[in-house]
Amino acid sequence: MKEKKAESLLIEMRGITKVFPGVKALDNVDFNLRYGEIHALLGGNGAGKSTLIKVLTGVEKPDSGKIFLMGHEVTIRSPRHAQELGISTVYQEVNLCPNLSVAENILIGRQPMIRGCIDWKEMNSQAAGILKRILGIDIDVTQLLGSYSVAIQQMVAIARALEIESAKVLILDEPTSSLTTNETEQLFSVMRKLKSENVGIIFITHFLDQVYEVSDRITVIRNGKLISCDDTASLSKMDLIIKMIGRTIADLDEMVKIKNKTTRNVGKENVLKATDFGRMDWVEPMDLNLHDREVLGLAGLVGSGRTETALLLFGVDSPDSGSLEVGNRKIRKYSPNNSIHQGIALSPEDRKAAGIIDDLTVRENIILALQAGRGWFKHLNSKNQTQIADKFIKLLDISTPTAEQLVRNLSGGNQQKVILARWLAINPRVLILDEPTRGIDVGTKAEIQKLVLTLAEEGKSVIFISSELEEVMRCSHRISVLSDKKKIAEFSGQVDEHVLLETMAGSG
Amino acid sequence: MNKSSVSLFIDKFTSSRLFYPLLALALILVLDGIFIPDFFSIQVRNGDLYGRVIDIMRNASTVMVLALGMTLVIATGGIDLSVGAVMAIAASVAAIMMNPVIIGLELPPDLMKFMNDPNFTYSPLWEVILVTLLVAIICGAWNGALVAHMKIQPMVGTLILMIAGRGIAQLITNGVRIQIFYQPYAYIGQGWAVLPFSLYLAFILFGLIWLLVRKTSIGMFIESVGINPKASFYSGINEKNIKMLVYIICGLCAGIAGLIASSNIKTSDANNIGWAIELDAILAVVIGGTSMAGGRFSLLASMIGAMVIQAITTSMYAIGVPAFALQAIKGFVVVLVIFLYAEPVRAFFQKLTLRKAVKA
Repeated sequence: MKEKKAESLLIEMRGITKVFPGVKALDNVDFNLRYGEIHALLGGNGAGKSTLIKVLTGVEKPDSGKIFLMGHEVTIRSPRHAQELGISTVYQEVNLCPNLSVAENILIGRQPMIRGCIDWKEMNSQAAGILKRILGIDIDVTQLLGSYSVAIQQMVAIARALEIESAKVLILDEPTSSLTTNETEQLFSVMRKLKSENVGIIFITHFLDQVYEVSDRITVIRNGKLISCDDTASLSKMDLIIKMIGRTIADLDEMVKIKNKTTRNVGKENVLKATDFGRMDWVEPMDLNLHDREVLGLAGLVGSGRTETALLLFGVDSPDSGSLEVGNRKIRKYSPNNSIHQGIALSPEDRKAAGIIDDLTVRENIILALQAGRGWFKHLNSKNQTQIADKFIKLLDISTPTAEQLVRNLSGGNQQKVILARWLAINPRVLILDEPTRGIDVGTKAEIQKLVLTLAEEGKSVIFISSELEEVMRCSHRISVLSDKKKIAEFSGQVDEHVLLETMAGSG
Repeated sequence: MNKSSVSLFIDKFTSSRLFYPLLALALILVLDGIFIPDFFSIQVRNGDLYGRVIDIMRNASTVMVLALGMTLVIATGGIDLSVGAVMAIAASVAAIMMNPVIIGLELPPDLMKFMNDPNFTYSPLWEVILVTLLVAIICGAWNGALVAHMKIQPMVGTLILMIAGRGIAQLITNGVRIQIFYQPYAYIGQGWAVLPFSLYLAFILFGLIWLLVRKTSIGMFIESVGINPKASFYSGINEKNIKMLVYIICGLCAGIAGLIASSNIKTSDANNIGWAIELDAILAVVIGGTSMAGGRFSLLASMIGAMVIQAITTSMYAIGVPAFALQAIKGFVVVLVIFLYAEPVRAFFQKLTLRKAVKA
């Protein structure tokens, strides 16, 4: 009987402890995974989820604790070894090679050979077959991976992980954060299919609705300690949130109150006005305006042109049609530097690639845009810099020991706050936030949402972009909907979620 | 566990960027002190100091100057392979300005007699230096334009001038090695005021560049561009201007190094001046702990790195290693240094000191 129990566990981790210099990342954590189970692993940023996964995949060696795979104790030596044991991972950030084709990415190391050379034709057809069979997507596999959206890249990463034939355990580290509703559904059906084939899946995400939709059990980790492990069916959402953050979050009522209060403040004056504004292959020409003290939401599926619109408004590249006016002055030169002078700020979608400078300190990251606007020689002295940094660390409640900490050592949510601080430091009139809450925990998310409305109240205008429709609806006074690189509709006042969804899907 | 202020200082020092380069330098000097008699002895002649240690510093000054510019370039994630060639160009320009008669084959007899006069120069010294450095700056701007505006990979972009530069240097002097007799010019590389003049030159340049990058925002922008160019651009930093600037500074440094080198050997030897020295400059930066991938940099650490390289060379000669074997030994030292800087080795040492701290 006892043996039977041990056998029913695919993975068992006992008493895992991992200490990094200065931090106990994992403190005596137990975790197990059954055959044919989807097990959600939850916790705030820096809770220790990622470290636990890294221990399981051989990236980090635990300081103490044991790992059993199908009843046998194993020492996982390296990520390669983990793969050989049948543990495959899709990480939060896509780690494939954007310079290789999709087919190469899927089959790298296992390319079909013909007379000592790679059989390209066979490889491409195999790769296309895998994508079709596993994920039901149909794309040109000979194109470079980098030419596809993050969502497609993520799908390719999943296909690659699944393709490792002996995969008994699949770890999905926030696979859905860049996927649209449709794609997420696709992924879930894949997950359910694998589950029925007795594969164990560890699912890490920040979307609680998805946890309830697809998972069988939920393990919560906080501050490196195991908090609980429950059947999903027996754990209410409220209890789960309380477990995750250790307190009840600022409830919805308060948000609604703030929003209603700020709605009255929205001015008539256009702070930003784009006319017939567009760029080939980015977005089709559109009219867009932003009022004083207003939060304008941009809704749309991944690839609908939300991000491109944001980048174009910020002047990352020049538009090839139309014009942009900020405070009734026409923009003549399009560059991020000029946007800083015009009072436009952008917190970009891809925090790691386009946001943080990870080897600079928190202080340097915060004052970077302000200093770039001032130029090489109008140098803020170190006292001033520290003052500004400390002010925003306090204001945004950035958790860092000092302003001199390297940003790379901060959790995702705090890095996001550092970027917000960077842009608030230039005191912008228009703040464009592209996915400011992606990949960060529930508590911080609520903080940022509230901050957006507070900023509007204090006189800033915000363009808010998010894949989470609920969040867009909660924060925005007005919503523009994009689809297929076109602006197709605009809603103000109370919006019904279903109407919005239908509009988004309608012309797509 | 209360840490005493001494151990706190040690902690701070061992985690400082200067620790590893200084450790390497100290190690070499200690070995020298043991194996080479009178290594540290210093003589005073006419109030000037002479000795092996002084020699090391004097010979290191060329690489020190180069390493300053190279540090900035490497910090942006680039590399400049052309510094040796730019040195040769600078030497040729300087030589031809002081002694233009040598390329005219039919020399007027009235100029001929000045040929070997140590007090004769065709152009005044300040003009020579100004024009030479201007040419060096143009060389740097060329590299910068290729890298920043044409978006050519730095290694390829600067390779062009590395190869073409020596040809250009030859063209300037019409293929002739010009002797430099003008005595004041020799002071740049051989002058002495208590310490060698070229050493002052290197440290003054260090001071100026340090002020330029650390007392303005330029240093932070250089690091930012080196760490994450895209995010830097999104933060409003003009990446192109930063890159132009660092290549221009690097060219200027190469020009100064060219003046020192040609003053040392009193000729414009386009084939040999600065030959393979770009590798020493790059190595000095690496020993100084600046990552080849770009990012955080320390000018002072690179200066110490240059001294480490020169100390190795001088000690090898002093021990009696033949010149032809020197490159092999240098290569071995490079491997050793890079080994010491490698992540696992550092982690090992960190663990070692951590354990000690726990025991205490």
